[in-house]
This record gives sequence, structure tokens and C-alpha cells, in this order.
Amino acid sequence: MNPNHPAISVRDLCKRFRTTQALDGVSLDIQPGEFFGLLGPNGAGKTTLISILAGLTRADAGRAAIMGHDVVRDYRQARRALGVVPQELVYDPFFNVRETLRIQSGYFGLRHNDGWIDEIMHHLDLTPHAAKNTQSLSGGMKRRLLVAQALVHKPPVIVLDEPTAGVDVDLRRSLWEFISRLNREGHTILLTTHYLEEAEALCGRIAMLKAGRIVACDTTRNLLQRTSEHCAALRLAGAPPAGWLERLQALPDGGWRFSFSEYNELESLLAGVRSAGGRVTEMQLLEADLEDVFTDIMKRT
Amino acid sequence: MNGFLALLYKELLRFWKVAVQTVVAPVVTALLYLLIFSHVLESHIEVYPGVSYTQFLVPGLVMMSMLQNAFSNSSSSLIQSKITGNIVFVLLPPLSYLQFFGAYLIAAIVRGLVVGLGVWLVTLGFSTPTVPHPGWLLAFSLLACGLMGAVGILAGIWAEKFDQLAAFQNFLILPLTFLSGVFYSIHSLPAFWQAVSHWNPVFYMIDGFRYAFLGQSDIAPGFGLLVVAGSFVAISALSLLMLKSGYKLRH
Repeated sequence: MNPNHPAISVRDLCKRFRTTQALDGVSLDIQPGEFFGLLGPNGAGKTTLISILAGLTRADAGRAAIMGHDVVRDYRQARRALGVVPQELVYDPFFNVRETLRIQSGYFGLRHNDGWIDEIMHHLDLTPHAAKNTQSLSGGMKRRLLVAQALVHKPPVIVLDEPTAGVDVDLRRSLWEFISRLNREGHTILLTTHYLEEAEALCGRIAMLKAGRIVACDTTRNLLQRTSEHCAALRLAGAPPAGWLERLQALPDGGWRFSFSEYNELESLLAGVRSAGGRVTEMQLLEADLEDVFTDIMKRT
Repeated sequence: MNGFLALLYKELLRFWKVAVQTVVAPVVTALLYLLIFSHVLESHIEVYPGVSYTQFLVPGLVMMSMLQNAFSNSSSSLIQSKITGNIVFVLLPPLSYLQFFGAYLIAAIVRGLVVGLGVWLVTLGFSTPTVPHPGWLLAFSLLACGLMGAVGILAGIWAEKFDQLAAFQNFLILPLTFLSGVFYSIHSLPAFWQAVSHWNPVFYMIDGFRYAFLGQSDIAPGFGLLVVAGSFVAISALSLLMLKSGYKLRH
């Protein structure tokens, strides 16, 4: 592994499925140790991108590398460096949990991997289920097993494709604790998710995909500051000033919501209220969350 | 354990875990064929001089069971993995297409041989257990199971649904095995159908395998083995090309 290489490097990646252009020239670098989020609506190309990284799909043009290893030319080293948790809840009903993990280790040429297998089973609360057939596991347990399978070969880069879809709150939390720990220990994490608050809380950097193109790629902090929209919730004594009515949105609790892009607009509103003889009894500034940014970016591009 | 051995182990464990279905059931089926056909035909047919019909039938049944089970093993494993989606477990690791092919192939051969051995054991009570040409027996068993295992890989990769695989099995594999001289010598057929049979590779497998038991056959075993080996190489090459290109496995 060359430390000078990005953990994941993608250049001008294109992929077409019959009539849809799933990826349309995507370039992206993810550095070792990052917790990176990939967001986008359904069909934006997130899973296609991951499939190309994993060697499950072949790109029409462009290239991709894991820890500096080209995913086509050096596929062996690339796959050894990559652990993938697929989106679909798949399992092999012929085997139990321990067998599944032993066999998966074997595919990577790892013998005597029981120490590490025990450790991941312990961290994912799979130990009591070790001898259970995979078919008899609950959905959440199957998801944990998929995570465990992705980790059997201690990959430096871990890709999770919507790992918390349809997963209950407890499991989601324990899964994120575990993944965050792996990230703190130096693993690079690439995550796709539909839960924006999840991405906001976990990811240091985020790329947004739309129709096969990257429409935004920045640190989570910058993205959150980037939205032009600010918002305030106000409660007024008396009616709002006449000229401002159309800019105010009535809230069910009797207050008003005011959206603005520059803070001096808020000042003007407050001045308008005062000169009309009104009074602000309560005001709260609402900070933009990733969902606003996401909606905003998806709308504008 | 390298990746190839792990995949081979998984494939062997897979059929062994359901051995009642994958080993015992085909043995019982073959036994039923033997009981019925030898009961009905024993006193009516003598294919080769001095060879009873049961003696004639047993090698054919053993070989037929081996072929069908070798095909079943690779094809059903692949189609099940594709349909349930767990094929990703073998696509994500750094396994080469040769390792992939080799593991599915050898597992299919092992399943074929285990079933063949089982059928042979239960038929011991019906025919004289002599094998004058064990070398031919080994050569035909291995190559025939290998060929059908490779055909199974081909079918498993090609088929996208269970019914496509079933069609492959019912309209290709089953006719080829039944119309290969398991139950009769092709010399009893009209000239046209004799000629057709010579285009059926399964005919050469059954005929050569029978030679190992009876010392008599319709075709010289050396030529038969050449045909089977040639078919094996051709089908394997095609499967390997498909695997290398990622046909239907890696989009």
C-alpha cells in the first residue's frame, strides 16, 4: 500500500445501462482515514459507483483505484483493500454465522482467522448467534452479518451502501458506534445513506450525486454554511406589518416563519414591525441542516 | 487455505449439508430404474452375447446418475446464488476466474463421483461386481463429470431465472442422457437415429464407461474418450471466456 495514494480515487467514471446514463464523468478522491458520505436521490448512481469500486460492475470509461490499486488491472490488491457491505440483505442459507465468516475469510486466503472472527462477532453482538443458520436470523442480524463479512479481511477501506435502511433505532446506533470506532482506528469509510441526519452527524466530507454527476463535494461544515437560505421563527404581538405579509408564512402555533438570504432582510423586517407599532415577543433562528442543503442543491442543479 | 480451496470447501459443504437430496435421492432413483427396467426387460433383451440386461444396464445407470448430478451441482449452486444475490460473496473477494471455475468444477466432479459410487454400491446385489478396465473407468468418470460440471457452470451463468435453468435441463440435458444408450445399445436403433446418436457426447461417455465394466462397447473406448475430452476442453474454454469477461456476473 502506498501511503501517498488516496484511499479511493475515481477519475472520469462513466457507465451507461441501456437507456440510462448511471454515471456521467465522476471524479472523486477520498483520503485515508476519511469518513465520507455519498448522497443523492434514488437512481443518482451511488450504487453503480460502489459496484465499480467493488469490481461488480465494469465502467465504460474512466478508472477507479483503491489504495492506489486499479480495480480492474490490480483487482486482487484492490479487492483485498476493500470491504463492501451491500445494500441488499443477502445471505447464504446453507451455512451458519460462523461458517459464513470462516468461508468468507478463506476467500481472501486467510487461514486461522478465528481470533478476529470472534472479535467482530463480539462487537456486532453476533456471538450468541454463531451457530445459527443464517436463514433463521432476523433482518437486523443479517445486516450485522453482512457488516462482519465485509470486515473479515481487515480492509483499510470500508464501503457501506445504505447499511441502515430498514434497521431499527438500537441497531442503527450500535452499528454507527462500531463504524465510527473503525474510522477512529484508521479505516477509511465511504457511506451512502438516505438518512441525512446520519450523514451530517458522521461524515467529515460529503459528495452529492445527481443523475450520474457530482453536484456538490465539500466538507460537511462548509456544505451546511453554504445554503443561501436562512430562516427565523417569530411570534408577534399584533398583526405583522402590511408590506411583509407575503414574505411570512403562518405557522400552526400562531407564529410566523421568515425565510431570507441576507441578514439585513431580517433587520428590515424587524424595523418594519417596530414602525408599524408591533412588537416581537419571541424569535428563534433556525440553522440549516443537511436536508435543506440537499434539497436546495438538488433543486438548483 | 487460499481462496480457491475455500470456495471448493464451500461448494462441497453446500451439497453435503443436503446429502439426502443431493446424494441419497439420486441413488434411490437409479435403484428404481434398475428394478423396473431389469424386471421388465431382463428375459427379453440380450444386448451383447453372454451379458444379461441388468449387467448391461448398471454401468449406464451409474454414469447417467453421475452426469446428472455433476450438472446439477454447479448449475444449481450458481443459479441459487445469483437469484438470492449471495453471489456477491464470491465476486467481492480477489478470486480469479480460473479459481472460480476450478472450484465449481471440482465440486461438481466430487458430487458426481459420490453419487456414482452410491449407485454402484446399491446395484452390487444385482450384477457381478467386476471392473476389468479400471483405468477406463477412472478416465471416463472424471472427464464425463468434468464435462457436465462445466456445462452446469455454463448454464448457471447463462440462466437468469430458475425456469431457464429447468428448460436447459429438461430440453437439453435430459434428452441427451436418455437418448444416449443408457437403456439400450444404439445398434438396436434405425440407421438414422444411430447416426444422430453419434453427435451426442453423452453416448460416448455411457459407451466408454460400459466398456470398463463389460469389456464390450459400440465404439472403441479410445475414440470415445477423445470425443469426451474434446467436448470437455471446448465447454471449459467457453465457460472460462464467459467468466473472464464477467458475462452476466459483472455488469
